[in-house]
Amino acid sequence: MNTSMLLGKLSLDALPFYSPIAAAGAAVIVFGGLGVIALITWLRAWPYLWREWFTSTDHKKIGMMYVGLALVMLMRGFVDALMMRAQQAMAMNAEGYLTPDHFQQIFSSHGTIMIFFMAMPFLFGLMNYVVPLQLGARDVAFPLMNAISFWLTAAGAALVMVSLVIGVFSTGGWSGYPPYTELSYSPTVGVDYWIMALLVSGVGTTLGAINLVVTIYKMRAPGMKLMQMPLFCWTALCASLLAVFALPGLTVAAGLLGLDRYLGMHFFTNDGGGNVMNYANLFWIFGHPEVYILILPAFGIFSSVIPTFSQKKLFGYNVLVYATMCIAVLSFTVWLHHFFTMGADANVNAFFGIMTMVIAVPTGVKVYDWILTMFRGRLRFDTPMLWSIAFIVTFVIGGMTGVILAIPPLDYVFHNTLFLIAHFHNMLIPGVLFGLFAGYAYWFPKATGFPLDEAWGRRAFIFWVVGFYLAFMPLYALGFTGAPRRMAYYDQPEWQIYFVIAAIGALSVLAGIICQVIQLVVSIRNRDRTTSFAGDPWGGQTLEWATSSPPPEYNFAVLPRVNSLDAFEEAKESGQPYVWPEKYDPIEVPRNSMTGVLLGGTSFVLGFAAVWHIWWLAALSLLGVIGIVIARSFATDTTRFISADEVKAHESRWRTAVLAQGKASS
Amino acid sequence: MFQDTMLDPAGPVSAATRDLLFESVGLMLIVVVPVFVLTAFVVWRYRAGNTSAAYTPRWNGSRLLEMGLWTVPVTIVVLLWFVVWNRTHELDPYRTIESDQPPLVVQVVALDWQWLFIYPEEEVASVNRLVFPVGRPLTIQLTSDSVMNSLLIPALGGQIYAMAGMQTELNLKADRIGVFEGRNTMFNGNGFSAQTFTVEAMDMAGYQAFLAEARTSPNALTEESFQTLAEPTVNGPLRLYSSVAPNLFHTIMGAHGSMPHTVAEPDMSSAPHHADHAR
Ligand code: HEM
Ligand SMILES: [Cu+2]
Repeated sequence: MNTSMLLGKLSLDALPFYSPIAAAGAAVIVFGGLGVIALITWLRAWPYLWREWFTSTDHKKIGMMYVGLALVMLMRGFVDALMMRAQQAMAMNAEGYLTPDHFQQIFSSHGTIMIFFMAMPFLFGLMNYVVPLQLGARDVAFPLMNAISFWLTAAGAALVMVSLVIGVFSTGGWSGYPPYTELSYSPTVGVDYWIMALLVSGVGTTLGAINLVVTIYKMRAPGMKLMQMPLFCWTALCASLLAVFALPGLTVAAGLLGLDRYLGMHFFTNDGGGNVMNYANLFWIFGHPEVYILILPAFGIFSSVIPTFSQKKLFGYNVLVYATMCIAVLSFTVWLHHFFTMGADANVNAFFGIMTMVIAVPTGVKVYDWILTMFRGRLRFDTPMLWSIAFIVTFVIGGMTGVILAIPPLDYVFHNTLFLIAHFHNMLIPGVLFGLFAGYAYWFPKATGFPLDEAWGRRAFIFWVVGFYLAFMPLYALGFTGAPRRMAYYDQPEWQIYFVIAAIGALSVLAGIICQVIQLVVSIRNRDRTTSFAGDPWGGQTLEWATSSPPPEYNFAVLPRVNSLDAFEEAKESGQPYVWPEKYDPIEVPRNSMTGVLLGGTSFVLGFAAVWHIWWLAALSLLGVIGIVIARSFATDTTRFISADEVKAHESRWRTAVLAQGKASS
Repeated sequence: MFQDTMLDPAGPVSAATRDLLFESVGLMLIVVVPVFVLTAFVVWRYRAGNTSAAYTPRWNGSRLLEMGLWTVPVTIVVLLWFVVWNRTHELDPYRTIESDQPPLVVQVVALDWQWLFIYPEEEVASVNRLVFPVGRPLTIQLTSDSVMNSLLIPALGGQIYAMAGMQTELNLKADRIGVFEGRNTMFNGNGFSAQTFTVEAMDMAGYQAFLAEARTSPNALTEESFQTLAEPTVNGPLRLYSSVAPNLFHTIMGAHGSMPHTVAEPDMSSAPHHADHAR
């Protein structure tokens, strides 16, 4: 490929005319994007969005933007999944409708998006929104850094999306194993997109995690001891600590791969002293903790939802805390189970197999704790609870297949087969995604003031659960026959029916997602009837329910005093859940700042320029990044005060709503 | 459907793997089944509508129950440890399978997207076709001339990576005559989906016939013809070679992994197990 000074490797060949399907996908992205821009312009919403959202440093708005990003990326990741399911349903002794090269891009972007740009932002969004509220805090420790984290994540996601239109995406899977991803085997820019997207968003995630850790250590409400934090905060703490310690593994792995590709070094090449095995170790030293980064906060969500809807206290809080901590520490001791088949000594494989099983113990105990939380409760089956129950039942199946894969001799036959695919979707969908959906439905009325429509929520739930079983149980069966993952086509006639069933399952999931879209629209339409400012729709136990819905920018006019677990529940028991003093003080909140958007934008350009070897632009945007950070560090006037009158006005409005609701229900 | 897979094993390794699967699943069901039963029971009995069920809103723990909760899974996992430790050693892919016959050594080179099988004792080679006598243990030594590959023969069990510049090993054995499928399971590019090979476990006569057929092949596997063979090929034909350049396997291995311009040592076949990774 020719490179020019001005445009690097970029030329008209980068447009996706290599296949009509890719071109159509690109067209959807381009026209969809243009459509959204046109709509916003037509509504004249730019100033509003800029003022209220893009430049916001309020953890709640940032949290909602994270969730919004995650939902958009869920759509994209799911379209990828549907395309793969369609391909494999028809590609028996045939090419199918996708070329292998295109199919490969799709599983790579599906995996990368679902993990890094769907599940992670979704979790960070919920943690961002909920953790400060549950701690009784007014914001996170570093509000501006929070905005920067979000915009860097968005920049990474944008890089993946752009690869659909300009150039190609990696074909190396979400794990990007060299030497396949080295220049000699993957000469296109696909892998570079993958590297840059991960590096840019990785910085964002690390900063976000540091922020949460500091918030949890430093910003708890007066009196709240660590062992009085809601369990969700504990899981957020563990997940964030894991992220801080694990992400460097990924950054180093992807970075060294980048050095190989850009500067001709030999970290992981076949030749010149490179060694793939180092990559496998680095990647999975990150990769295994990563799955716990995803699952722990989901456990925290279930631990919030199940007690609330059982109208009972959480069973075994202490045990759940210790179990969470154990899992977090142990998750760094098992990474080798991802490559038992790399030829390590039997002693080594057996050791890591055993360590992996140790983790299954605290996880199993947790499941029983949730069941005992429901035991002798009064169970209400609102959608968050439905997701939780489906989780418990389905998750243990995935746990069992996980232990199977942890037994090295069994892994020798199941590694790299569809059994593995079935296993990790069995953890990620009921575990992570259902948890996220439960949290989404549970906290939605907190964030907006109105609940999600229950009927559509139930429909979505049914389609998702049925769809999950149909889409992934057949893959276990295929795994027993040795059917490998990442197959664009195959020649075993008996396999086809299983792929067809899996495709039907994916269609059911599609129906579920459509129900969720309708649910959102219906809920927004009906909000006049359903809005409640009072703030405690579910009978919650923790502090996020002890403020209005949506909460004011400062969260709590008077910081709550905490001296027990489930502070809000205890306050309700004592008959004094709310504090409305006569006189309020002005409250200091961070000012808006465009630093986050600007850094996100420049980092995106930096990544894009690096992908295409447009060095002048890369240098310029790198200078931009540094310049923005320096410029910001001179800003002194970074906070503003919300006047006492304004606080008072809000609080009395809220008080009226609470009292009115109390009357209505008594 | 499950014919000639690990559920219908054709050799001792896959048979032992299947037994191990059933044992471990059996043990785990002790924890898993109660989850289904208890969840169903609790969800039904303690639904809000059932006001006759007990309700203890403030009950948040019980020493005794919690001890029980830990004891059961800990016991099962400790049992599994012993299983894991023993079976991982018994089913170590590097462990030669006991037999009164010496193992047949086959050297495997993973290519884009084909498999080369070299029979060093017989000095013949075949492509995309692994033939060996039933009842005689098989020692497969693997390397790759390209990216990472992984060899799996579901009917016989086991799986191991093949990596350039390094040697790994897999020991298998077939107990019954049959034609099975083997494949690469590690994604490696455009031809990945078609990178399968035929595995033929034959009686002695059949194996001899195969060797005889190979010896009559007009093709010789030299370093030059290997370069042609190593060109990326999708759905490559079955091929036989009547002769193989001496030490070709190690030459291929030595061509990768070392610092530029250093020459690999010619013979590393005596290197001990697990230290097989050439520098
Ligand atoms: C919603 C329904 C989903 C369906 C139907 C689906 C389907 C698939 C399919 C067909 C593959 C390729 C399997 C193969 O290699 O042959 C795949 C791979 C993968 N999926 Fe999903 N998926 C879904 C959701 C998710 C979610 C929620 C996540 C993560 C949170 C996820 C993460 C992954 C990953 C990491 C891979 C591996 C990609 C690779 O091979 O590098 N998927 N999925
Ligand atoms: Cu792992």
